[in-house]
Amino acid sequence: MSKGKFGIHGGQFIPETLMNAVIELEKAYDYYKNDPQFIEEVKTLMREYAGRPSLLYYAEKMTKDLGGAKIYLKREDLNHTGSHKINNCLGQILLAKKMGKKRVIAETGAGQHGVATATVAALLGMECDIYMGKVDTERQALNCYRMELLGARVHPVTTGTQTLKDAVNEALREWTTRVEDTHYVLGSVMGPHPFPTIVRDFQSVIGKEVKEEMLKKEGRLPDICMACVGGGSNAMGLFYDFIEDKEVQLIGCEAAGKGVDTEENAATVANGGLGIFHGMKSYFIQDEYGQIAPVYSISAGLDYPGVGPEHANLYDTGRASYVPVTDDEAVAAFEYLSRTEGIIPAIESSHAVAHCMKIAPKMDKDKIIVVCLSGRGDKDVAAIARYRGVQIYD
Amino acid sequence: MINLNNAFENGKAFIAFLTAGDPNLETTARLLPEIANAGADVIEIGIPFSDPVAEGVVIQDADMRALAAGTTTDKIFDMVEKIAPDCDAALAFMTYINVIYVYGVERFIKRCSQIGVSAVIVPDVPFEEREELTPICEKYGVHFISFIAPTSRERVQMIAKEAKGFLYCVSSLGVTGVRSEITTNVGEMIALAKEVTDTPCAVGFGISTPQQAKEMAKISDGVIVGSAIVKIIAEYGENCVPYVVDYVKSMKDAIR
Repeated sequence: MSKGKFGIHGGQFIPETLMNAVIELEKAYDYYKNDPQFIEEVKTLMREYAGRPSLLYYAEKMTKDLGGAKIYLKREDLNHTGSHKINNCLGQILLAKKMGKKRVIAETGAGQHGVATATVAALLGMECDIYMGKVDTERQALNCYRMELLGARVHPVTTGTQTLKDAVNEALREWTTRVEDTHYVLGSVMGPHPFPTIVRDFQSVIGKEVKEEMLKKEGRLPDICMACVGGGSNAMGLFYDFIEDKEVQLIGCEAAGKGVDTEENAATVANGGLGIFHGMKSYFIQDEYGQIAPVYSISAGLDYPGVGPEHANLYDTGRASYVPVTDDEAVAAFEYLSRTEGIIPAIESSHAVAHCMKIAPKMDKDKIIVVCLSGRGDKDVAAIARYRGVQIYD
Repeated sequence: MINLNNAFENGKAFIAFLTAGDPNLETTARLLPEIANAGADVIEIGIPFSDPVAEGVVIQDADMRALAAGTTTDKIFDMVEKIAPDCDAALAFMTYINVIYVYGVERFIKRCSQIGVSAVIVPDVPFEEREELTPICEKYGVHFISFIAPTSRERVQMIAKEAKGFLYCVSSLGVTGVRSEITTNVGEMIALAKEVTDTPCAVGFGISTPQQAKEMAKISDGVIVGSAIVKIIAEYGENCVPYVVDYVKSMKDAIR
């Protein structure tokens, strides 16, 4: 029986060599997610180590400047390691340790998940290998060195498009080679079951905190929750607790690169078709023969040709909508938030900020938007400078 | 005419793999009948995929060369349709589920049955997901090949019980590719499978030398060789046919 379905999406499309590993992971997770001691350990790490809860910040200047809906920013950028990725890593690597694994491997695009994995591996005393597309190691050189500082080995991936998709391929290949003592810390709500569920559960702290804080601050739920979507982990984390609250609109912002109608984009929901890849049935950007297409975004973290299966189902059922945001729009938002609020957002998160800038002015002042600021933008400063034609030494 | 139902009746079977369209489809069309004549009982024709996650570097590179040469599923079907009558071996397609799924499972499997391809080998469809393909495969009489691996343990018999055509026994952990030695206890895994099925068991992954083939043939019904053949094709390109033929002969002789 196929497991881990979200509507028609999801499943476990992986080689037989890995099947027992995902079955054992599912069993362990089903046990530990109800184990009071495990729950307490994760909570303590989230609070004492990652710095949770993260702030829900009222962006007053931005709100006034745009002149419409009230804008709140969920400050995942303030977490230890600078993004939401730490939430999943703390949970998953602690779980791996309980399972007796000695080593963790992970893929990374922008390097945020790689840094978070390397960090928690250092903390919990695990061996760590990170797979990163060679193109990404170049555009995110700082994060590479950061991972090495943390004791991880970074393996540049030179196959295919040398980006996130190829890093996932290589991590999967490495996992089949050494599966007994190794856990693959998948970084997004994607891949074979149980990963989309595990990652979503550990990220759902984002939405839970937003809900609690929003009720305290405004006495009601927001009208719109929005987040950027590559694989979709910060978006799924934000959305999950609001799925049953039908009055809350959920919007995922995809990377449209140089334009949703151009060859160079990564807007999976807008341009993808149904397929089965990286362990899951979902939407993928591909050609008529099912060959996965090269994708492009200025953001290494959103430069992925697929989307998590639960997002695909939220799209199918109409519960969430997905909008394309271009490089130009994201860079403008990156600069806008820096100047307006003194917050430099990750270029990934800037995609959500950009869409907020589009719709907030058209909304009434009593409406509320929550934007997930999934990460901080320090890692992107050099790339944005290059984009603007400014030469700096990074 | 050899098909999967009698391919294992000619002593231990030699199963050869190549990537269709590497370096071009014309070369593949010349290779297939020659590989059959050289003694291959089954030929796995790889349909290249952009992201072959179960493959090592050798076959990954072959897939990239084939795709760069403009190879498509339709062109492969047309080529196989032409050469199948002259190809005295059972033919199987090896590819990834997305290639079949996006083509349309029924359209793909129906075409296989029409052109004489008797099985599909899809490494990213495990036992739990087999119904994505098996109902259609049964409808058209095309075998869906099952895999067992060194990590399968208690899953071996569950999978073996339903195996059709042949059971693909993965010799070692990891992806496809040449290995200097195979350390897994493949014999034990096959013995477990044999308790519950009469379907032939063929061993693949890592086999390249006649000596390895001989050892693996002792404990199984056939050996599968991919990367070693693809390496020869990569080295000699369009002129590879005689070199591949010599190699296949030496391997078949070793397991006879």
